[in-house]
Amino acid sequence: MSESRPENKKKKQPLSDRRKFILNMARGAGLATMGGFIWSAYVDEVTASPLTLRPPGALAENDFLKTCIKCGLCVEACPYDTLLLAKPGDNKPLGTPYFVPRDIPCYMCPDIPCVPVCPTGALDETSVSTDGVLDINVADMGLAVVDDNSCIAFWGIQCDACYRACPLLGEAITIEYEKNERTGKHAFMKPVVQTDVCTGCGMCEKACVTEKPAIFILPREVAEGKAGDYYIKGWDKEDEKRLENATAETTTTNLSKKSAMDSLNDGLEDLY
Amino acid sequence: MATLWNNYRYLILRRMTQIGLMVLYFGANAWGWTILMGNLSSSIFLDFVPMSDPYAALQMLAAGAVLATDLLIGVAVVTIFYLLIGGRAFCSWVCPVNLITDAAAMMRRVTGIDRIQGLKQPASRQMRYWILALSLIISFVMGITAFEFISPISMVHRGIVFGLGFGWAAMLIIFLFDLFVLKNGWCGHICPLGGFYSLVGKFSLIRVHHLEENCTLCMKCKVVCPESQVLHMVGKESLPVISGECTNCARCIEVCDDNALEFSTRNYINNKKTGE
Repeated sequence: MSESRPENKKKKQPLSDRRKFILNMARGAGLATMGGFIWSAYVDEVTASPLTLRPPGALAENDFLKTCIKCGLCVEACPYDTLLLAKPGDNKPLGTPYFVPRDIPCYMCPDIPCVPVCPTGALDETSVSTDGVLDINVADMGLAVVDDNSCIAFWGIQCDACYRACPLLGEAITIEYEKNERTGKHAFMKPVVQTDVCTGCGMCEKACVTEKPAIFILPREVAEGKAGDYYIKGWDKEDEKRLENATAETTTTNLSKKSAMDSLNDGLEDLY
Repeated sequence: MATLWNNYRYLILRRMTQIGLMVLYFGANAWGWTILMGNLSSSIFLDFVPMSDPYAALQMLAAGAVLATDLLIGVAVVTIFYLLIGGRAFCSWVCPVNLITDAAAMMRRVTGIDRIQGLKQPASRQMRYWILALSLIISFVMGITAFEFISPISMVHRGIVFGLGFGWAAMLIIFLFDLFVLKNGWCGHICPLGGFYSLVGKFSLIRVHHLEENCTLCMKCKVVCPESQVLHMVGKESLPVISGECTNCARCIEVCDDNALEFSTRNYINNKKTGE
């Protein structure tokens, strides 16, 4: 590690042992810092993939990434070859299991073979159990989202492919009837996803007849918004409970010292 | 034929183990065999015995994950196994990357690349321990298993079992790095998994022993050894190889024409002299 060049040897005194030791330590620490930052930055990049759909029972993405050991036992357990392990080039966190519903959706096996085989608990049995019994219907792999612009049922063409494909028939996707004012004598039969029931299995996405599916699965945290503590369903006792943990925050707005006319016309330059 | 076997017996056995394990893993995924399921990160042997990579578990621990019972049992099984047969036996008998780096090392010897570069190696073999420590620090700070997301070892064995993707590029990078940049570069300098197993192997039972009285100082053993610093006693003293960095690959035993090297178990009780 510590070779000094021959020309240095001629001109200068060789480094003292103490100096050599300190320099070597400094060099080691510097290299470790440099490598550490490059490594961290790279890992941060490759693990940021918000559109990855996980097997049933998967922990929240952050916990999943630190708990999954990437052994592929869930992939081997899946009888439908739904699950894949991310390969270099898939642009998913390397080696973690995921699925692409348009290719092969989750067929929601009642015995959920992929979950109990997980050696690390990254796939958590309790999150897909009701009263201690495995229950795939409470799985939460994602949420189906309808693009009503490309969904032909919203055009007035009769199609209930997704509704029929849904394993929770009539519960996770319901049909909303509406008069078609354009023809005056037909009905729209619009698919509506019930967000609290949908498991994100993706059978609707697989069944969708449009060229690119008009109903598709997104991870829940991507698909859902959040009202926050400022908005409460005052008529709903359950919803009002959210206020119990809300923290109050008082904000003050400084009164403007300008005249009302100036104040009203202020800031209009943004528009031009 | 007998000499061929004598000169390559351990190499042949190692290749059979390495390839055989991969075939078993591949069969589990492709044809539903239940002999050995999963991959080298974590697997189930005969549908019953769990086995898990202790280094991966260590990173999970640093990242703040809750370690499941199955995982801990698997880690114990693997750790005890390598404590007995030699920590880095994983490297030379199991790890598929060893095939790549051995090929690069052989190419270096055959083509003479070793000679054009001079003898100075531009990096220290201590680097792997720094990287090992660094991986645990990054795991802790970022809450993620730092090495598992970049590990070319996993890319290779996972690739063989579950589909390679661009994993072949990682294999090629390691081969070219070992061939042109640094002799024994990946396995002998960088790989933190090898570093980890070196630490485990400090205490392991099966050791190569050197018998100085048989040695003719031909130094063939040092030429083939991927960690030649562990053979420092050759021709000087009859000692066992104590360093955990020895991979128990046994190439030194095979190339020795004078029976100056052999496997033996280490004697913890009587052998105070060897510093064990």
